[in-house]
Amino acid sequence: MKAFTYERAKTPAAAAAAVAANKGAKFIAGGTNLLDLMKLEIETPTHLVDVQDLGLDRIEATKEGGLRIGTLVSNTALAADSRVRKDYGVLTRAIVAGASGQLRNKATTGGNLLQRTRCPYFYDTNQACNKRKPGSGCAAIGGFSRPLGVIGTSDACIATHPSDMAIALRVLDAAVETVDASGKTRSVPIGEFHRLPGDTPHLENVLQPGELITAVTLPKPLGGRHFYHKVRDRASYAFALVSVAAVLNEDGSGRVAFGGVAPKPWRVEAADAQLRNGAAATAKTAFAEARPTHENAFKVTLAERTLAALIAENQA
Amino acid sequence: MKFDTPAGTNPIDAMKVIGQAVDRVDGKLKTTGQAPYAYEHGEVPAKPAYGYVIGAGIAKGRIASFHAEEARRMPGVLAIVSAENAQPLGKGNMNTAKLLGGPNVDHYHQALAVVVAESFEQARSAANAVRITYDRAQGRFDLAKAKPGAQPLTGNDADTHTGDFAGAFAAAPVQLDQTYTTPDQNHAMMEPFATIAWWEGDALSVWTSNQMIAWNKRELATTLQMPPEKVHVRSPFIGGGFGGKLFLRADAVMAALGAKACGRPVKIAMPRPLMLNNATHRPATIQRIRLGATKDGKLTAIGHESWSGDLPGGGPESATQQTKLLYAGANRLTALRLAELDLPEANAMRAPGEAPGLMALEIAIDEMAEKLAMDPVKFRVLNDTQVDPENPKRPFSQRNFVRCLEDGAARFGWNRRNAKPAQVREGRWLIGMGVAAAFRNNLNMTSAARVRLAGDGTVTVETDMTDIGTGSYTIIAQTAAEMMGLPVEKVRVKLGDSSFPVSAGSGGQWGANSATSGVYAACAKLRDMAAQRLGMDPAAVQFVDGEVRAGNRSAALAEAAKSGELVAEETMQWGDLGKKFQQSTFGAHFVEAAVDSYTGETRVRRMLAVCAAGRILNPKTARSQVIGAMTMGVGGALMEELAVDKRFGFFVNHDLAGYEVPVHADIPHQEVVFLDEADDKVSPMKAKGVGELGLCGVGAAVANAVYNATGVRVRDYPITLDKYLAKLPAIA
Repeated sequence: MKAFTYERAKTPAAAAAAVAANKGAKFIAGGTNLLDLMKLEIETPTHLVDVQDLGLDRIEATKEGGLRIGTLVSNTALAADSRVRKDYGVLTRAIVAGASGQLRNKATTGGNLLQRTRCPYFYDTNQACNKRKPGSGCAAIGGFSRPLGVIGTSDACIATHPSDMAIALRVLDAAVETVDASGKTRSVPIGEFHRLPGDTPHLENVLQPGELITAVTLPKPLGGRHFYHKVRDRASYAFALVSVAAVLNEDGSGRVAFGGVAPKPWRVEAADAQLRNGAAATAKTAFAEARPTHENAFKVTLAERTLAALIAENQA
Repeated sequence: MKFDTPAGTNPIDAMKVIGQAVDRVDGKLKTTGQAPYAYEHGEVPAKPAYGYVIGAGIAKGRIASFHAEEARRMPGVLAIVSAENAQPLGKGNMNTAKLLGGPNVDHYHQALAVVVAESFEQARSAANAVRITYDRAQGRFDLAKAKPGAQPLTGNDADTHTGDFAGAFAAAPVQLDQTYTTPDQNHAMMEPFATIAWWEGDALSVWTSNQMIAWNKRELATTLQMPPEKVHVRSPFIGGGFGGKLFLRADAVMAALGAKACGRPVKIAMPRPLMLNNATHRPATIQRIRLGATKDGKLTAIGHESWSGDLPGGGPESATQQTKLLYAGANRLTALRLAELDLPEANAMRAPGEAPGLMALEIAIDEMAEKLAMDPVKFRVLNDTQVDPENPKRPFSQRNFVRCLEDGAARFGWNRRNAKPAQVREGRWLIGMGVAAAFRNNLNMTSAARVRLAGDGTVTVETDMTDIGTGSYTIIAQTAAEMMGLPVEKVRVKLGDSSFPVSAGSGGQWGANSATSGVYAACAKLRDMAAQRLGMDPAAVQFVDGEVRAGNRSAALAEAAKSGELVAEETMQWGDLGKKFQQSTFGAHFVEAAVDSYTGETRVRRMLAVCAAGRILNPKTARSQVIGAMTMGVGGALMEELAVDKRFGFFVNHDLAGYEVPVHADIPHQEVVFLDEADDKVSPMKAKGVGELGLCGVGAAVANAVYNATGVRVRDYPITLDKYLAKLPAIA
């Protein structure tokens, strides 16, 4: 870990300004991912701006009939909120499928979206990684790629985004609210928040330097039945091989997003339209542009079969 | 004392304390956090500095440049020791690769330097500031590619031929010829390698975490090129080892070098991401098994060949070991082949040989039973042997394998298994049952102990035996209590100190039987001394309820030490009963597994182990050993694999997020049954080990259950869903 300085910001705009003013600065909230990465010197901020005093820890109704989730709401609190459990079950199910109770107590809503990949080559500083060190190459391509991405990847990076929560937010069409150093706010649809790697895999989202996530908003409840199924090599406490978030209606229509397969929550609206035609048709559309490695090609089959399980459950 | 004739009746047979489910005598210390582990000891002469080990960034080659100038100037840094400035070092007999590399690099994350600083954070930060560049050399990292060049071995690992295997196999009406693979595995023990080391003059002391104190002392002396009597090793509590801590490792060597360089005690805990490539692992195997049988199910030909790899000078995974002994059959072949690989050092992990060997053999037996349309329990029973099949004049000391199978089948409800796979469904789930044999040889090791009888009537046992979570403290206390006629509370046990008599140590499941036999020997001597002190005939005394009794005389045991502590030290040595009789442990594992017909996720739903392992010294700690082993077996069957990067030569998933072991949610109710046995040919304790037996065969039982559930046979471990998903029965 590199030595760093530390401050606790008093307002969102002040936090944003503090980070914008200092090239080596980063926000810290729960720290469940950042601190690990700092210990390994994968992240080497010279200054941390702690946002935990900003009071952004409430879940409130919006005038549109949805919810505004403060960025500091813990994963545990969000999953347990009665409104979320009642109207956005897919979100609760996704959150509790991730990490462990202790981590979810510390992890925050905004921080969850900003988790970095769990690609093992990203974690080993002896290995080439364009995400960790732009231009150094990608050791994962041609290497141990079983856990890595099958779609949305590039010749520079095949890492996946590890979040479960984000997959549910994607299926719910959530939006990410931010503030920048000048105090200007904006709302970014979750589908546009994470970037695909292209030849700049170190740029993982659309946030500008210093721009701080203040909340995540959910539109009014969708209805339907909510599913989140996460498949992994053990029963708990592991990242997804494939996860499927779905909201399905009685007539078989609905929406679906996939985790564990791409650098961002993977949802293809044209695939949603295929749901009534079944899992095979839906997966065929969602994964039309998949370019898996020989080690992870099974993920495409697995995604289809997992979706089939949810469709069958919805019909049962 | 030499054990060279079968044990007659002896004081252990009273089984007032031995054989009882005594709570761990160290349990309270552990559950209240008062049992200090290697990194935590406060009994150190000065405030320790912290060491952080730098591991090689390549698998094979040379250090081209080593830049530590910036790191040396960083805050708190006291010393940086590398091959450039370290004293000349030897290499322990049991280490294949050097524990301090440089300028040559032998494997990934081989220790190249230690940075010592006032705080852990300073040491880690400075270690990251050391810049090393390398000249990479071409390495060999792919076992399948290296297989054709693999070489035969000699001694215990030489090929064995009995009868005419080739002829019998060719003539067999029913044949099986299959190849199985097992992956590289890691011990993944909870406590990392850790040491606090300090020097007083030319004498070295370490608190460390090691299974074999005497080996550790000798190897530390060899490595540091100093007299062994100047080395003091202590390892009273160990947070798991599984064979990973049999040997001296870099934590102890680097802590000793760091302490010498800075003139202070130095403590090192190996960071987990460094451990998996820095230390040893169980190597991958490729195993070919050929079985020939008559139509009525008698095995006529058994052939088992296994290939594994290691660094030059290393050894094989003896995966054919059990195949020499487990089943009858007149024509036999076993062969081990060893390839040179430049991966990290391969070495022992819990049940080396048998664990991966049975993972393969016991699938093959299941496959052969199916070819014969025979129940796999019956097929095994039919091919039981009571003698060493390679040397039929040599009987087993005791072999209740058939009872393990038959009792287990009855308890598990094996008759409810549908022999035709993929027939049983519960909603989305495909349900199957599997069985496999458990087999592991018994090994006895020379073991000494010292026992002290104090004037207050308490007994203290001192031996360098270790407790790696197994329950050694407790069974040793029980042994001394039984021998001296005391309750367990009156016995104090001190372990893991090289100033104590040399014991068997913990490994090869030899610890329980050997170490308690050493304590038995010392107590036998102490009994004689006490009797003499009390003026009684040593041949006629009984030690009961804190008293020594002979005829109508009795005296409190404490009386014997009233005029001064009595101290007895004795060593248990072993005659040739292990040669005259094949001494082994047996069991049967039964598993019920459910496989999600859509996603392929596997959940083990029920597990049963029936074990025949001689006298069970403490059913509670023994059960704990077996359920831990069954858990490890589920990991080996379903998820554990060190992923090899065959281009760069390292295990990629080198932390516990990437190297997955079972979590609670993976493990169902586990039942363990011990047959009521006492094997008089193995020791005066009449006990054998269970710690490794519990693992042997579990993987295959899970594999066979998954096959029975799905109808898809996977021969490459671990059995992850990607290997069978596309072949599952069609989904609705």
